[in-house]
Amino acid sequence: MTDDNTTGSHGAVLADPAPAGADRPLVELRGAGKSYGNVRALHGVDLTVHPGRVTCVLGDNGAGKSTLIKIVSGLHRHTEGDFLVDGEPVRFSTPREALDRGIATVYQDLATVPLMPVWRNFFLGSEITKGPWPVRRLDIETMKRTADEELRNMGIVLDDLEQSIGTLSGGQRQCVAIARAVHFGARVLILDEPTAALGVKQSGVVLKYIAAARDRGLGVIFITHNPHHAYMVGDHFSVLRLGTMELSADRDRVSLEELTNHMAGGTELAALKHELAQVRGVDVEKLPEEEDLTAPVAAPGEGKA
Amino acid sequence: MSVTGHAEPAVTSPPAPGRKQSDGRTSRRPPALRLLARPEVGVFLGAVAVFVFFLVTAPPVRDGSSMANVLYQSSTIGIMALPVALLMIGGEFDLSAGVAVITSALTASMLSYQLTMNIWVGVVVALLVSLGIGAFNGWMLVKTGLPSFLVTLGTFLILQGVNLAVTKLVTGNVATDDISTMDGFGQAKKIFASSFGVGGVQVKITVVWWLVFAALATWVLLRTKYGNWVFAVGGNKESARAVGVPVTFTKISLFMLVGFGAWFVGMHQLFTFNTVQSGEGVGQELIYIAAAVIGGCLLTGGYGSAIGPVFGAFMFGMVQQGIVYAGWNPDWFKAFLGVMLLGAVLINLWVQRTATRR
Repeated sequence: MTDDNTTGSHGAVLADPAPAGADRPLVELRGAGKSYGNVRALHGVDLTVHPGRVTCVLGDNGAGKSTLIKIVSGLHRHTEGDFLVDGEPVRFSTPREALDRGIATVYQDLATVPLMPVWRNFFLGSEITKGPWPVRRLDIETMKRTADEELRNMGIVLDDLEQSIGTLSGGQRQCVAIARAVHFGARVLILDEPTAALGVKQSGVVLKYIAAARDRGLGVIFITHNPHHAYMVGDHFSVLRLGTMELSADRDRVSLEELTNHMAGGTELAALKHELAQVRGVDVEKLPEEEDLTAPVAAPGEGKA
Repeated sequence: MSVTGHAEPAVTSPPAPGRKQSDGRTSRRPPALRLLARPEVGVFLGAVAVFVFFLVTAPPVRDGSSMANVLYQSSTIGIMALPVALLMIGGEFDLSAGVAVITSALTASMLSYQLTMNIWVGVVVALLVSLGIGAFNGWMLVKTGLPSFLVTLGTFLILQGVNLAVTKLVTGNVATDDISTMDGFGQAKKIFASSFGVGGVQVKITVVWWLVFAALATWVLLRTKYGNWVFAVGGNKESARAVGVPVTFTKISLFMLVGFGAWFVGMHQLFTFNTVQSGEGVGQELIYIAAAVIGGCLLTGGYGSAIGPVFGAFMFGMVQQGIVYAGWNPDWFKAFLGVMLLGAVLINLWVQRTATRR
């Protein structure tokens, strides 16, 4: 893989090598962090998002994944480090500003209003209007038609766009949210645990749309705590642990097992195994040994955390 | 479509037998059921039932002038019930709405009388004060994140006290002085409190205003960006913010809209009675809220209509006047209200469950 010169950017912050314009990162975090009062939720995180690539951010609960996306999506401001969009440092104060720069987020709770119809949800916050000011009104036909087309492009067929979005299944709502982000010219798509609440089949559908969005040239940040889902679509993997970056590696530098071990926190699992050995009735013989649990290859990012 | 779907597993049957392509998993609910799920249908049926009931049991109701009276009674509640309903769809409610009406009327009356200015100065200042109270409520709510119940309960108590104390301080009395001889009184009365004849029946102008405001509110709610935002901030504030809806603006402007309603009704009372009793208005806020809830607005926000509260207010007016025309003890009114309210809440609950059923 010759285009993997970006691997280096995870380590010490390098001077931007400024490769060909097409490969310039859309979004870049350099040593970014966020403190809430005296709680440091995130510290020294580097992340780059390139067009047409899926960057996976993995981590256990409380690892700082949500804080990370809140910074990128404009809900919170970072308190340390740099946040660059198209190479320019930015500080967003509202999600609207992030949206205007082409950064769209599909939230864990989907950012939909359950009681509102599908088409109103699709255009919420970016409604199409017609007519001069005093009688400026929603262009309902155009919005319904556009929503229907966009959803069909993503392979979602709904009989009735007037039905409230709360009546759709989790996977369908997730796909509506992704289709909405793609339609509104997102260049960077942030997906906050899109498969967390879904069944196997629905997760597959969502992963398919992630791949579809990538193939349309979008940079995708895929937040998940499922390494299997991440490995299916990811080009680059960043593992967060206790608010810092534990691993940052391209797909060809890391295997699924290593990723899983990093996710699970191999050393912690080994310790847990010792504790379980004290408990009667737990058969620890069949559990893997410590050396199997820790990542076999000390991945480049590990030493720095 | 659903009829053909159940015979075979979805895999073997081709998905597009009907008009449009459909994957056959979502069947359309029957039109009657979908109509029933509209927020205003339940209250419409309720209003018709109450109307027919009194038409049968209280013969004087059949008279045109009685009907005009019922409509007038409904309009004084209905004009305020509209902004209160919009606010409720936007996820908040305003306990200060009742006394704010009196605050507005007192401001206009005392300011004009004491400073011997043209009545219109008082009317305009009262409008600014009313909008200011609404803006304060909304601003406090947005800034502190406290529930609207607490914020507006505070405003309610403040205004109630200020109404009484300031009136006593200025006039030395619990009521304001008669303003009917002042400049501009006639003009203002024409706008806020006149009547006109239709087929020999005197109809109050507030009925017209009520229906005009209702039409306007319906259009705004269903056909404009702002209306979309109102539903969104009430349905899921965080989601609305995340997709770029100006939540702060929407909430504050909704409270100011209630302020506008309070001003309008306050002016109506002032120019009808020429004087204002400073202790009035307490308890009215619950009537407005009840009319909005009976009109199909969800107390928790995100669902409702502007036309529902029109029927809700009509039910109130009908029952209030109907009991009198039927010759019953008017004390029964409140009991009726309670029954109507509970019925409406139960219907709302059912609608919410049906609408969000997976």
